[in-house]
Amino acid sequence: MEKTISIHLKIWRQRGPKAKGAFETYHLDHVSTDSSFLEMLDMLNEQLVGSGKEPVVFDHDCREGICGMCSLYINGHPHGPDEDITTCQLHMRKFKDGETITIEPWRSHGFPIIRDLMVDRTAFDKIIQAGGYVSINTGGIPDANAIPISKVKADEAMDAASCIGCGACVAACKNGSAMLFVSAKVSQLALLPQGQVEAARRAKSMVAKMDELGFGNCTNTGACEAECPKNISITNIARLNREFLAAKFQD
Amino acid sequence: MATTETKKIDAKIPQGALAEKWNNYKAHQKLVNPANKRRLDVIVVGTGLAGASAAASLGELGFNVLNFCIQDSPRRAHSIAAQGGINAAKNYQNDGDSVYRLFYDTIKGGDYRAREANVYRLAEVSNSIIDQCVAQGVPFAREYGGLLDNRSFGGAQVSRTFYAKGQTGQQLLLGAYSALSRQVNKGSVKLYTRYEMLDVVLIDGKARGIIARNLVTGKIERFAAHAVVVATGGYGNAFFLSTNAMGSNGSVAVQIYKKGAYFANPCFAQIHPTCIPVHGENQSKLTLMSESLRNDGRIWVPKKKEDAEAIRTGKLKPTQIAEDDRDYYLERRYPAFGNLVPRDVASRAAKERCDAGFGVGSTGLAVYLDFSDAIQRLGRSTVEARYGNLFQMYEKIVDDNPYETPMMIYPAIHYTMGGVWVDYELQTSIPGLYCLGEANFSDHGANRLGASALMQGLADGYFVLPYTIQNYLADEIRTPRFSTDLPEFTEAEKAVSDRIDRLMKIQGKQTVDSLHKKLGLIMWDFVGMGRNKAGLEKALTEIKKIKKEFWSDVFIPGQGDDLNTELEKALRVADFLEIGELMARDALVREESCGGHFREEHQTGEGEALRHDEDFSFVSCWQYAGEDKEPTLLKEELNYEFTKVQQRNYK
Ligand SMILES: Cc1cc2nc3c(=O)[nH]c(=O)nc-3n(C[C@H](O)[C@H](O)[C@H](O)COP(=O)(O)OP(=O)(O)OC[C@H]3O[C@@H](n4cnc5c(N)ncnc54)[C@H](O)[C@@H]3O)c2cc1C
Ligand code: SF4
Ligand code: FES
Repeated sequence: MEKTISIHLKIWRQRGPKAKGAFETYHLDHVSTDSSFLEMLDMLNEQLVGSGKEPVVFDHDCREGICGMCSLYINGHPHGPDEDITTCQLHMRKFKDGETITIEPWRSHGFPIIRDLMVDRTAFDKIIQAGGYVSINTGGIPDANAIPISKVKADEAMDAASCIGCGACVAACKNGSAMLFVSAKVSQLALLPQGQVEAARRAKSMVAKMDELGFGNCTNTGACEAECPKNISITNIARLNREFLAAKFQD
Repeated sequence: MATTETKKIDAKIPQGALAEKWNNYKAHQKLVNPANKRRLDVIVVGTGLAGASAAASLGELGFNVLNFCIQDSPRRAHSIAAQGGINAAKNYQNDGDSVYRLFYDTIKGGDYRAREANVYRLAEVSNSIIDQCVAQGVPFAREYGGLLDNRSFGGAQVSRTFYAKGQTGQQLLLGAYSALSRQVNKGSVKLYTRYEMLDVVLIDGKARGIIARNLVTGKIERFAAHAVVVATGGYGNAFFLSTNAMGSNGSVAVQIYKKGAYFANPCFAQIHPTCIPVHGENQSKLTLMSESLRNDGRIWVPKKKEDAEAIRTGKLKPTQIAEDDRDYYLERRYPAFGNLVPRDVASRAAKERCDAGFGVGSTGLAVYLDFSDAIQRLGRSTVEARYGNLFQMYEKIVDDNPYETPMMIYPAIHYTMGGVWVDYELQTSIPGLYCLGEANFSDHGANRLGASALMQGLADGYFVLPYTIQNYLADEIRTPRFSTDLPEFTEAEKAVSDRIDRLMKIQGKQTVDSLHKKLGLIMWDFVGMGRNKAGLEKALTEIKKIKKEFWSDVFIPGQGDDLNTELEKALRVADFLEIGELMARDALVREESCGGHFREEHQTGEGEALRHDEDFSFVSCWQYAGEDKEPTLLKEELNYEFTKVQQRNYK
């Protein structure tokens, strides 16, 4: 049955990348515990706009945990307190009546703030552009079943490929490293015969791009894996390191 | 009523036998030589399956491509959310599939309202799509022998659906995105993310550029090209609540409609039978539970009204209803296809049971999708391997465990078969303007089969447009690049800024969302699953009223030339109001039931859709006539030369 709660919100507001930001506090009543976290923010924004104010800006789109657009640091956790989900999948039943909820943007050198809770993650696209693909053109491809692939390998590749590019791993990391994200793509392709051909070169150019864009070094704290909404395993980083060494060796 | 004209609409379908048309076309079309390609610019709007695959392929060919999307990254286009799978006629299962059978199922599934030649080409290129994706590193599900696995989807009796867990759209889009990223790296594609197209620019009747708003700065910018391709997705969000992403919109379709492109079959929208039911007033979207669940899940409601009533008030649990007291109504009504009937049929059957008082859930607007048999037969681990992520998604939203109690589902708006009219070359009625993917109307007739949208998007982008656009561009090799200082650009930009100014100046009392919700309710009640003359006429008057309210009482905070999420929504809602009206108008004119369009006046004694082929075997093409003027209805007659048109039967 439907239950409602009242909550206090402490939300980071910032006009632009260079502007000085600050927390603002808000109060919301009658929040259904069946509502999603973003529906709660919609309620807040309706309230703000209804009283002539500008809404809190945040990124979101699919609202079902797959596009990777939503972000938010909620009570000290990227994507909030629940496990294995994105912010858009978080529901208000995870919060108590009267609770104060603190909401911040991803804070990381690699992701400058655009406004309020919205950040710029184009650095991830640049890393993929540096080599996160198999270099083939459209057409003239052999039959899909020409090369059998073991189910175990295919499933492992699928697990790595589940990364939604949200950036929670970077936000969670005290070094601001993008290793989990990079290793997920490198692993997916290295595990498949189609991607194996370029595996070493790919690892090298993606890591170089990551460094160039100012992401930090990986010191194996494991924070990324713990906060990743898609359970991307830190073993992928080990695989990336192997591919990277192989590339060095070839040089 | 609508003015109807008998102007002949030419879809430019090549001559010859069905199976020869596409080969004939390719053999005789004009091509652009490599040196000239570099001198030709193409704008591609959209980075979903259709847009990303087109932009990547055009870039590979050597064209200079400008690619736009609303999101911060091309990888986040709405295609990412597709769950279930993609069809292809590979016949890997040796269960009797073929290009012809995929073609036939699609034509029949579309209730004989799609073009034969287009659909045949779609089935023909379907196999290359799978080859392409595997080569990109898309990790499709495999069997222990190492070969690709398949599952079944609604409306087919063969297993032809390829899938990657419950995340097929994600994997296919990431494949296309990777191909696109490679071209960005090479410099053949330039990306414009967080940009929204607000109009097309025509010069001497040809599409030569676009006006777009930089969503971060709020500035209006001009872009010129030799041709424009739009792949901006469907307009299901006209209903406010839908399975589409929050940013999905129909605005580009409306912009180009107002510049002369026909809008085809607007009333053909798909209501998907398996979505999580509505929970309350603040709900912002509906979540789809993939159709693949109907492979193993059985749909039922209680046989007795008392039981349904007791469940609604929380006195009984579904697991307490004895097997004999359950009505597996799809299996009962459609023994041949059972739970795998097409979507329109399954949705209407759910509505029928709920309207008759057998619905469950607190609102009575839900039916059960039960996995207990499957878990007994296959074991929990197999069910988990097949649907684990969907079950998790359900549990996070509803707070119920579907391994232990049946899921609750209800139909929701999901996909729009209607859209921008295109000919066989995917060119709109404006020369040099092309439309791909869900945004066009081309292949699904009055109802789309599951796993066919991904197929169509990628077919259009990888294998059709890269050929057909050359037939146009071959005549443009002597056309120099355009300056965006031309008066046509200035004029188009001014119209866009004026519209934004007008919106910002209203400073009324209602929020954009509250007006959008009003529209959505009207759409769902009168232009939804069951439509009739009186209801559609009411919808038309009500939508006009909301439109008036919108343009006189909407409130948008902030500035027009700054980041402004409320303004973004307002611009889209203004266009949804136009689309809502077109949908109602089209539904009113189409006095028959077919596919997703169910006119209550036109049904068989058993409550099935009743088509009237003698009068309605046409594509309705709406032509804009001016602000506040009734649009003109043009008709493209459909000729079935290669299939026998029948009343659909899934019994
Ligand atoms: C939940 C869900 C599950 C689905 N599952 C399946 C399935 O299993 N199998 C299947 O075949 N189909 C499925 N579908 C349908 C299928 O996903 C879509 O029809 C298809 O992905 C549409 O692709 P598209 O490329 O045409 O458009 P989209 O993916 O919607 O992309 C639209 C693009 O256009 C851009 N855009 C829009 N407007 C503008 C503008 N004004 N300016 C600039 N850019 C703009 C967007 O940013 C985006 O990049 C599903 C749909 C949903 C909602
Ligand atoms: S690895 Fe996990 S946390 Fe990092 S971007 Fe991918 S899904 Fe997000
Ligand atoms: S909004 Fe798409 S993952 Fe959250």
